[in-house]
Amino acid sequence: MATTRGFSGKRPADGVGERLPPGQYLTEDFPILSAGPVPRVALENWRFTVKDGVRPVASWNWEAFNLLPKTKLTRDIHCVTKWSKFNTAWSGVMIDDILAEAGIEAPSDFVLAHSYDGYSTNVPTEDLIVGKAMIATAYEGNPIIPEHGGPARLLVPHLYFWKSAKWVNGLQFTRRDEAGFWELRGYHMRGDPWREQRFSGD
Amino acid sequence: MSIDPEIAPQPKRLVWQEATVVAITIATPRVKIFRLRPVAWQGFTAGQHVDLRLTAPDGYQAERSYSIGSAPDRSGEIDLVIDLIDDGEVSPFFHAVVEIGDTIEMRGPIGGHFIWRAEDGGPLLLVAGGSGLVPLMSMLRYRSDAAPDIPAALVLSARREGEMIWREELLSRDRDEAGFHLFATVTRDVPATPGIHHGRVNAGLIASALARLPAPPKTIFICGATPFVDAAADLALAAGIPFERIRTERYGG
Ligand SMILES: Cc1cc2nc3c(=O)[nH]c(=O)nc-3n(C[C@H](O)[C@H](O)[C@H](O)COP(=O)(O)OP(=O)(O)OC[C@H]3O[C@@H](n4cnc5c(N)ncnc54)[C@H](O)[C@@H]3O)c2cc1C
Repeated sequence: MATTRGFSGKRPADGVGERLPPGQYLTEDFPILSAGPVPRVALENWRFTVKDGVRPVASWNWEAFNLLPKTKLTRDIHCVTKWSKFNTAWSGVMIDDILAEAGIEAPSDFVLAHSYDGYSTNVPTEDLIVGKAMIATAYEGNPIIPEHGGPARLLVPHLYFWKSAKWVNGLQFTRRDEAGFWELRGYHMRGDPWREQRFSGD
Repeated sequence: MSIDPEIAPQPKRLVWQEATVVAITIATPRVKIFRLRPVAWQGFTAGQHVDLRLTAPDGYQAERSYSIGSAPDRSGEIDLVIDLIDDGEVSPFFHAVVEIGDTIEMRGPIGGHFIWRAEDGGPLLLVAGGSGLVPLMSMLRYRSDAAPDIPAALVLSARREGEMIWREELLSRDRDEAGFHLFATVTRDVPATPGIHHGRVNAGLIASALARLPAPPKTIFICGATPFVDAAADLALAAGIPFERIRTERYGG
């Protein structure tokens, strides 16, 4: 590995370095990555649908969705634009509980998460189940502001944060691993920050 | 809302390579332009960025993204424009340490959404805050070579006139290019140049830019710090531009 002349870098404090995946730096802010304007979704129009292929298998409005069992997750998150943020505190409905409420087991190995802004991202089913991911409805005890994906966003904290689709309105199980919006534009199909899977081919 | 189906002109695999610094220009008191010559370069699309990686002697690394400000051309060189963030890690290193002849690790080009090619058509509305101008400048320079008939307007916000990157070039393009119009504003100074506005980008400035385009913009590209991008995107929506025509890139901060 070639060293850069004159570069020593600002070292993260003790205990921080081990929690930072390669190429990431710690921020206290909560920066934002998105491809377009922030959509404003009124709660009375909000719906969340689970589909098996093209077939809807379960759907909830805001009121009904909020009656599902809630779980809290506090996790480190890592954005592909290089920032990481530690101990972000979310609450919402685990994907396991959503599937249980829908009365199904995951029908295939791949999922496309769809959002109100028209964008999508693909996530392997095994990254969503067994306590790994949720549809988050609160951040640090408050409703999620639209800039951060509210009313509800997918939260898959162990993958790069673009996989945690903002303004989510549905999960679609697919037979094949179908590339979502970002993945069609060169981002990685899985996006594991510890393997630095930023772009296709990484 | 639908997404147009264009696919990334980004290499299948992005490999790290060395790039040599061949020129450094002081653009404003806080901005330097670094001209880089990568070892192998297949060109890029206006709007794309590269990732840089710096390595310390003990193996510690820092990575950051920088947009390309030059137009796609055959020179095999690209311009990166680095704004100094005083308490930052990478930008102060570039400002204080990097010299002509140094090599920097980079990979790219990256990005398949915040990009524009002549065949994508226009009119174009570009909205930039500070160094958010960089990828939009690449589009403007490319446009004047490849598709000068496509109408374009740039709404640009800077803190002061002296902090406007490529100020002279933008003013002369505004004067000389029939299809291009500049709507610049400075927030912290009273502008000296006639035609440069004072204050933040607001509904009036967006309306003036829209009025100078012969038809509603096909695409609007907004780039800058997050609060700027959010405010500008909301102004564009309020001006009646459909959601799916608005593309944003945020530099954090
Ligand atoms: C796709 C993309 C393209 C980019 N293109 C450019 C470009 O063309 N030119 C350019 O100068 N930068 C660009 N950036 C930003 C760049 O990647 C770095 O974030 C920036 O140079 C700061 O890095 P640093 O190491 O100096 O500061 P850091 O050590 O990362 O940050 C230090 C402090 O400054 C804050 N900060 C970080 N960035 C900003 C900012 N932009 N404004 C205000 N505060 C900030 C941080 O939150 C932190 O508190 C781009 C970012 C992205 C994601």
